[in-house]
Amino acid sequence: MATVAPLRAVLIRPARGMVVAAVLVGWLVLWLILRGINTLPLGAAQLTDLHRSLNQLNDAIGASRDSNPIFLYFFNVIRLVVGEFTAVIQAIIAQPAFGGPIPLIGWLGAVALFAWISFAVANWRVALLTAGGLIVVGLQGLWQESMDTLALTLSAVIIALLFSIPLGIWAGLSDRVNRIITPVLDFMQTMPTFVYLAPLTLFFLIGPASATIATLIYAAPPAVRLTAHGIRSVPHDTREAGESLGSTTGQTLTKILLPSAKRTIVLGINQTIMAALSMVTIAALIDAPGLGKTVVKALQTLDVGTAFNAGLAIVVLAIVLDRVTTAASVRAEAVRRHGPARWPWLRTTLLVSGGVATLVAIWLSRTYVWAAEFPGDGGLGSAIAKGTTAATLWVQTALSTITGVIKDVITAVLIEPLQALLVTSPWWLVGAVIVALTVVIGNMRAAAISAICVALLVASGVWQDAMTTLAMVLVATVIVMALGVVFGVWMGRNRRADRVIRPLLDAAQTMPSFVYLVPFLALFAATRFTAIAAAIVFAAPVVIKIIVDGVRGVSATTVEASIAAGSSTWQTITKVQLPMAREALTLATNQGLIYVLSMVVVGGLVGAGALGYDVVAGFSQGELYGKGLAAGLAIVLLGIMLDRITQAAATRSGQAIHHR
Amino acid sequence: MAPRMIGTCSVVRWTCIAAAAALALAGCGGAKVGDTGGATSSGGSCGNVNIAVNPWVGYEANAAVVGYVLQNKVNCKVTKKDLKEEVSWQGFGTGEVDAVLENWGHPDLTKKYIEDQKTGVDAGSTGVKGVIGWFVPPWMAQQYPDITDWHNLNKYAPMFKTSESGDKGQLLDGDPSYVTNDEALVKNLNLNFKVVQGGSETALIQAFKQAEEKKTPLIAYFYTPQWLFSELKLVQVHLPPYTEGCDANPEKVACDYPPYDLNKVVSKRFADANGPAYKLIKNFRWTNEDQNQVARSIAEDKMPPDAAAKKWVDANPDKVNAWLPAP
Repeated sequence: MATVAPLRAVLIRPARGMVVAAVLVGWLVLWLILRGINTLPLGAAQLTDLHRSLNQLNDAIGASRDSNPIFLYFFNVIRLVVGEFTAVIQAIIAQPAFGGPIPLIGWLGAVALFAWISFAVANWRVALLTAGGLIVVGLQGLWQESMDTLALTLSAVIIALLFSIPLGIWAGLSDRVNRIITPVLDFMQTMPTFVYLAPLTLFFLIGPASATIATLIYAAPPAVRLTAHGIRSVPHDTREAGESLGSTTGQTLTKILLPSAKRTIVLGINQTIMAALSMVTIAALIDAPGLGKTVVKALQTLDVGTAFNAGLAIVVLAIVLDRVTTAASVRAEAVRRHGPARWPWLRTTLLVSGGVATLVAIWLSRTYVWAAEFPGDGGLGSAIAKGTTAATLWVQTALSTITGVIKDVITAVLIEPLQALLVTSPWWLVGAVIVALTVVIGNMRAAAISAICVALLVASGVWQDAMTTLAMVLVATVIVMALGVVFGVWMGRNRRADRVIRPLLDAAQTMPSFVYLVPFLALFAATRFTAIAAAIVFAAPVVIKIIVDGVRGVSATTVEASIAAGSSTWQTITKVQLPMAREALTLATNQGLIYVLSMVVVGGLVGAGALGYDVVAGFSQGELYGKGLAAGLAIVLLGIMLDRITQAAATRSGQAIHHR
Repeated sequence: MAPRMIGTCSVVRWTCIAAAAALALAGCGGAKVGDTGGATSSGGSCGNVNIAVNPWVGYEANAAVVGYVLQNKVNCKVTKKDLKEEVSWQGFGTGEVDAVLENWGHPDLTKKYIEDQKTGVDAGSTGVKGVIGWFVPPWMAQQYPDITDWHNLNKYAPMFKTSESGDKGQLLDGDPSYVTNDEALVKNLNLNFKVVQGGSETALIQAFKQAEEKKTPLIAYFYTPQWLFSELKLVQVHLPPYTEGCDANPEKVACDYPPYDLNKVVSKRFADANGPAYKLIKNFRWTNEDQNQVARSIAEDKMPPDAAAKKWVDANPDKVNAWLPAP
């Protein structure tokens, strides 16, 4: 068997590779003949009829908001409930409340309360981390801003969970619900927030309600997906065992499914919190209070130091929330497997006494000024800001010549040719190539979806911009994957490298992109490459983490066998570890594409033009609203298309592996 | 049973320890919350005023000074909301925004909210004159004095080539908040340039800073008053002069941008109430130089807007008194 398997793989794979090559060569030949015709161009200020009617629709909705019963009885009620809920949480930790000069709980009380909660849901280590993290943001001089951000994040997450966990359970139990809900979730996650930010303020007014709703639209999907996934992954035997014992559906759910899926559900909550935090800066554009405002304001004067300081506070909050929820999920799993901890009385004791201490701290923070308002003048914050400004200046002057060359080379070698091919080919040729490639590397179902997406992209009126964006997305993904393989293999094989690099990845993922756009602009100017660089910073961490996981997943015995057989390190990596981690690589490509795509709009702010710029301009100018909406839809379509193609390819390569 | 007993005991003990610690802490004391008291409640006769703050420093200077005067001299409560233009104007109808304090033309918004929906009202000029156009960094104007005449742009076009503009010169466009005629201008003036979308004000400012520092060529869409000018005296390139109506057809534009008389826009409701806050905003009028002073304090000296406003107000009592509504 051992000799037959690779042989068969060799026989199958080149065949597929050859078809792909043939399609690409055919495309090149036809492009040489046909380039420049049927390219569907549309100038920056030009509109199609679709865009105009979307404008009219938007205006009509705005004009009817005082008379329309949907506004009066539906949106207004939602606004009131959401707004009040957010206001209550703000009143507890962030904003002066109940006529007093401070929130209900001052800083000491808040630190104690959050540390106590962390201990209750997880362990004492993350409780210490929570306390430490909150004190750090206080020392940065950003206590109130951080609490505002935390309040908004928490209220968005809590409201999101109220809906998404039941919805996830339903989707976990019913295939039909799952099928209906998946495209909706895709839509919520890939539709750029800029597109619905202005309409949201029309529906829910300017204020915390709109900010919370904008955040929860983007943040809810992971909780739904992972809850459904958790329910689905419960082994069939376990479920049947319960049913054969005569439990009702409700009993199966509460006694078997939910406890088994608890770990995955908590992971979903974790992802939802992270997504909510990543909306902080964008929500600031509609007056959401908190750290995002500090970042946006600082950038008006290109004050990178101040923006970085606030960005760092967001990173600290993100790391605290991430570690606490991850630890909570580990604990949930441990409790399920082994029952309660070894000394339950010790934990209870600590919980009760910690609770009392927390109450005392809250009382203190309501009584004494030193415990109510964070002391000091944010000396740490100004030191961080000064240091960052100096470092940025140095990097900008020292490196901008070299980085300029890198930008020019990559633009000339990768971006320009690919963009020329995609943009100047006739639309039907590009569409045919996409569908053909989907058939070859995926399956017929995915090909049908590709065909529909291509048709809708043409209908959106922004075909050419979509192709420009697609070229940039593909280049960025290639670079992200190259980085992912290099760092993923390194970190997968070397635990020490992993320990050092992982926090940097966390920071790169949660640092608001607005913060590093200014130095990037200095290094790479306002160009397509700057947009790609920003996308790489955001997408590479996820890809690296997935590949590390895949490399680690290769069984140790296989690796040892290969080393024993005399393979060099290079051979072990390329012949054993990477091929066996193939499923992880495909998943990484899929996530890489989606994450890169979610940075398209940010790219529009730094010279990428195309769809990203259309969306930003649509948010800024009433006349371009319809076009911005169409461009947002085009981004969603690109996302769904790329996602389905890579998933189909993953399924196929998964089958190939199982065949072996 | 035994462990449980121990457990109960230690719960009590820990509670005692915690309580003792708390009492000790409390004993340390310190100033009590609310002691400072005396925080002047700025409720007063004028009520609450919602001011939109659009995202550029010049606007922030207007908002800072108007807000400061309203709060301290007219006794209003001021709520500032950080919003983009479109969202601010939307707020007139929903009652969430009372005033926009620096409007750059925006014929689209004017039509939608003042003419059609009738939720906004023009509240007169701010006295600040806005200029939109094409600018080059100072070093270029020095080295190539004739570059400020558009006739010579084609001569210099190769110099402006970048990775984004192919074989043409690059004209960097910026802030998506403004309607630009640049694509039409390039075409109608037969310029060998390609318009590249910078996408944000940040991108433009950074581009100018880099260009001056490294003495690299750059021509870009920009505007004044803008805080950057206090650091970098950008030089405007003269296009064919603007005449009334020369920009009527956006496709055929071949002339410079019109001069802008920056004005204030307020919600209809706010204007009709005709309270002291509205009167002050209507009277508010200053000069480019005044605005630049405050903007410089905010952008360069990193003063909080309120402090920057106070500094200017204290130095210019006559101007401020002229705005105050008659008692």
